[in-house]
Amino acid sequence: MFQIVEKNINNLSDLKLEILDNPTVGGIVYFQGVVRNHNEGKDVKSLEYEAYTPMANKTGQEIVNKAKEKFDIVDAYCIHRKGHLDINDTAVWVITTSHHRKEAYEASQYIIDTVKGEVPIWKKEHYVNEQAQWIACHRCGEHHDHKDHKHD
Amino acid sequence: MQINVLYFASLRDSAKISSELVQTKAKTVDELFEFLNDKYSFEIDKDLLRVAVNEEYKSFNTPLTNNDIIVFIPPVAGG
Repeated sequence: MFQIVEKNINNLSDLKLEILDNPTVGGIVYFQGVVRNHNEGKDVKSLEYEAYTPMANKTGQEIVNKAKEKFDIVDAYCIHRKGHLDINDTAVWVITTSHHRKEAYEASQYIIDTVKGEVPIWKKEHYVNEQAQWIACHRCGEHHDHKDHKHD
Repeated sequence: MQINVLYFASLRDSAKISSELVQTKAKTVDELFEFLNDKYSFEIDKDLLRVAVNEEYKSFNTPLTNNDIIVFIPPVAGG
């Protein structure tokens, strides 16, 4: 399942996830992306995420489905914030479950990398001492398949 | 032909609107982009943009159909 939400997702227990309720699962990998207070030498005070929500949900769901086909996992879940986020707020969770850990790690990495490169979500950084700006991975625009570079 | 164009991120900042219905004789996405770029002088380089036609990534040479929803996609930055 993939979801774009406006609400705070800092506490995983608030999300009441069905994916975590499966007795056949032996490994669960959690990736939590949080807002950090610096980027490329600038002091960040907050972030704004904007999404083309209908397409973001559709594209994100396709990525989760693809991960389930590609890796031997039991299930996968990704939730991503939009709206205003403060430092330390959670921007994204990726949760993968499997019978064994290796595939859950690989699927988690695949989902977060592909979400960063494909899902129509944009980030505006607000700085302590400078004008806010939209963050663009310009190399993504040049190489849509993202094979030759990594996202932080 | 009538096209529904939505603007996000830096393109919305340039256009100063989040959506509009465009009456156009443009035959392709590319022709529509050139028309809008003349109108709004987008600050971002066209080579960095992708385009979504009815919520799916397509190429700029995609033919337009009446009532299409077009979104030019600046480099994405989720996560």
